[in-house]
Amino acid sequence: MKKILQLLAVLVLVAAGATWLATGAHVGWTKISRPNGTLDEVTGIVDQTPVPCFVAGVDFLGASAMVAGLLAGASLFFRNKKTNTTKN
Amino acid sequence: MKLIHLIPLISLAAAAYAAPETFDFKDPKGVNNAVFKLDAPLESINGSASGISGTVSFDPENPAATTGKIIVATESLTVPNPLQKEHMHSANWLDAAKYPEITFEAKSFANVTTATNVTTADVTGTFTLHGVSKGMTAPVSLTYLKDKLGDRLPNLKGDLLVIRAHFSINREDFNIQKGQNLDKVSTNIDLTLNIAGACAR
Repeated sequence: MKKILQLLAVLVLVAAGATWLATGAHVGWTKISRPNGTLDEVTGIVDQTPVPCFVAGVDFLGASAMVAGLLAGASLFFRNKKTNTTKN
Repeated sequence: MKLIHLIPLISLAAAAYAAPETFDFKDPKGVNNAVFKLDAPLESINGSASGISGTVSFDPENPAATTGKIIVATESLTVPNPLQKEHMHSANWLDAAKYPEITFEAKSFANVTTATNVTTADVTGTFTLHGVSKGMTAPVSLTYLKDKLGDRLPNLKGDLLVIRAHFSINREDFNIQKGQNLDKVSTNIDLTLNIAGACAR
């Protein structure tokens, strides 16, 4: 169990870091939308209607680090698996 | 029929021709928008609102006589971060449930200049936000697009009026977290309005 929790903690950290990098390494807050940006050719107005778009921010990294820390901390409550040693 | 009998008819026709047009700003395409920007730690908050309605009376022969009211639905204000959006709509900030509309009512135009179909002016009116009304003057441009409604909305004939304005407000003037969270959200808010109204014939 200890190993599983530690492995999960590492996985959460790696996955969060990879997601953050993949979505542009944004150093602001997490975003779940962006402006449409389409130009209305008749009026010249740029459409600002939000369209879904996930951009991980530093709060996402922080929350992931916290979850990883909790998993790693929880692993301390479990003992290492005893290995059987045989005496000759 | 004597010529004198035609004079009232001619006058009436001339008056009808010169009458201001009423433009409806509820955009069926949903492109009309108001953009707001304010400084905050980490990054500035950029958001927009799309729930725009209202009417403007505009006479291309006399742009200085323009009047009207633009309404923005508070609930339509959005920012890319969901938690910030929730806070913005809450009773602590804009209180969208209690104050569902943000409005600007144009009363008078000054420094009016017109070049081809674009009129620029300083509009004075009443801006209402968070239940507080305040008189203000802002630069505005009005672009009159005659017979262009059909290009945007097929099967309709008429004119378009595009209004662009950029101005700043202080949230404390409108009792929004007055004296509070000064280190978290700037008091100065930049507003940009880009809206098109239609007058069908």
